[in-house]
Amino acid sequence: MRKTVNQRAWLFILPVLVLVAFNAILPLMTVVNYSVQETFGNNEFFWAGLIWFEQVIGSPRFHDSLIRQLIFTFSILAIEIPLGVIIALAMPRKGVWVSVCLVLMALPLLIPWNVVGAMWNIFALPDIGLMGYTLNAIGFDFNFTRQIGDAWFTLLLMDVWHWTSLVVLLAYAGLVSIPDAYYQAARIDGASSWAIFRYIQLPKMKRVLTIAVLLRFMDSFNIYTEPFVLTGGGPGNSTTLLSIDLVKIALGQFDLGPAAAMSLIYFLIILLLSWVFYTLMMRNEE
Amino acid sequence: MALELKSVAKQVDGEVHIHPTDLTLAPGSFNVLLGTTLSGKTTLMQLMAGLERPTSGQIWFNGRDVTGVSVQKRNVSMVYQQFINYPNLSVYANIASPLKLARIDKAEINRRVQEMAELMRLTPMLDRRPSELSGGQQQRTAMARALVKDADVVLLDEPLANLDFKLREELRDELPRLFADRNCIAVYATTEPMEALLFGGNTATLHEGRVTQFGPTMESYQQPKDLISAQVFSEPPMNSAKVTKQGGEFLLGSSIRWQADASTTGLADGSYMLGVRPHRVTIRPDGAQPVAIRGHVRIAELSGSESTVHFDLNGNDWVSLSTGVHDFDIGAEADFHMDVSRAMYFDDAGHLVGAAGGRAD
Repeated sequence: MRKTVNQRAWLFILPVLVLVAFNAILPLMTVVNYSVQETFGNNEFFWAGLIWFEQVIGSPRFHDSLIRQLIFTFSILAIEIPLGVIIALAMPRKGVWVSVCLVLMALPLLIPWNVVGAMWNIFALPDIGLMGYTLNAIGFDFNFTRQIGDAWFTLLLMDVWHWTSLVVLLAYAGLVSIPDAYYQAARIDGASSWAIFRYIQLPKMKRVLTIAVLLRFMDSFNIYTEPFVLTGGGPGNSTTLLSIDLVKIALGQFDLGPAAAMSLIYFLIILLLSWVFYTLMMRNEE
Repeated sequence: MALELKSVAKQVDGEVHIHPTDLTLAPGSFNVLLGTTLSGKTTLMQLMAGLERPTSGQIWFNGRDVTGVSVQKRNVSMVYQQFINYPNLSVYANIASPLKLARIDKAEINRRVQEMAELMRLTPMLDRRPSELSGGQQQRTAMARALVKDADVVLLDEPLANLDFKLREELRDELPRLFADRNCIAVYATTEPMEALLFGGNTATLHEGRVTQFGPTMESYQQPKDLISAQVFSEPPMNSAKVTKQGGEFLLGSSIRWQADASTTGLADGSYMLGVRPHRVTIRPDGAQPVAIRGHVRIAELSGSESTVHFDLNGNDWVSLSTGVHDFDIGAEADFHMDVSRAMYFDDAGHLVGAAGGRAD
């Protein structure tokens, strides 16, 4: 039988194509355009080839931001994923406390990002903030605006506070979807709680955890608002993550060419690492 | 090695799930728990397994009180309606898991897993994961896991319910063979009377948390103790109607009458409940003592070789099951014949008082 070709399908995806063209493809192409040209304003452009890419890749400033970014992202993944799973395991499965826990967990996710930054900035101030003042009062020399270690500590703590909930909610959704019979079968076998976690809960949570890792990876790699409000990238450049650096170059110095080249490299890094994560975690799925 | 339930009862939040129940399951026996959904089959099994503790009463195994003994120490195994296997372990590792946890040495584990895989026809699939198997193979893996450890009690909770028709028939045929030369107590829960008849052994009929009858399957089927047990053990549901005995005759409504036979002639005059299974109500006269009845047809379902007709008999919902395909006009009156030589009679309290020479089916 001859296969019927229905060209009308294009009509249905056209609105999406137009939308994506305007909000993703066109801006992206503009960035590509900037990345290979030099401009001094007045809408005058000169061909620059791959100079900006070479400059960005060879620049120590970019290396430092990238390393800081990697340290930040892998630290929060290493804390938030296990912590989220542990909290999800500890949450009740039935009863009135379920909704209480879920609402409490969802609260940090509802707060606007710049408010989170401002909250933690005030919370950590050594002279008036609850956390900063308390830490100093019990003998720690804590000042996140001056000491690099303190700044990083506050930054990581803020992100863990803000985003662990997302991992908790995803992991919890995975956990409650496991039928009771699995736990009964494991009890009959005489399996330990570790074995139950390792051979039932973890494999059953694998898909949602993959999503959690990918979401947290991409979000944290793109993070801008919260560290910008909290530390502004300081002290010095010590908490200047990639996106903060990028904005400094693009808007602070108005170096559009290098900033565009950096954006593209940044984008490709995220794409590549997401693919690596996904492939590693889905290795054994059919 | 018998499993004994001594007035075991279970309540959850003040709600009765199992009424006080006495039950003795013999070693090497195959026992069917027959009842509708929510009749208490699963709860009763969980009590037997030790997954739940009875609110009152005792459970004895092998002459020992095991009421408070945890499930891990009881050597039981269970197969569920859902296909429960460890998702990221191979079929081999799944079957081996209970043996590994029992710390049996590797060579012996290997021998027993291979033997069980052979019996379950899983040998070519040993390296696969459960997600790569068909539903029937997944359930066979779960059964292999339950049987491999030589449990004293093997509980099967509607294990075939989630399988499609063909696979269900296939596994149903295999089941008696799997348990034939094992000395374990098998308990099989099902909602289908047909399965109980197929497996033979013993059948316990359950209704609203009560074991209404327990005994050899044929006996439970042919001589139900009471109306409820008879209804549980009948599919489609058993037909019933009020009848009156006057002298040597039974009277249904005002015009349907028939002679009492040897097993019922001694009954005192008065009112009784008549029970006739649907396949004893046919379109053409059949059996030793067919009695003509008439009723309005409500629904007629025709399958390839059988006609199931629901009709109204003096205000009672009756079902007739005949071989062959017949045409019916919905709402019209139609003639049927019930074979009263296979009927049952119950008194006002619902107890069986006459069962056509003990051969009511």
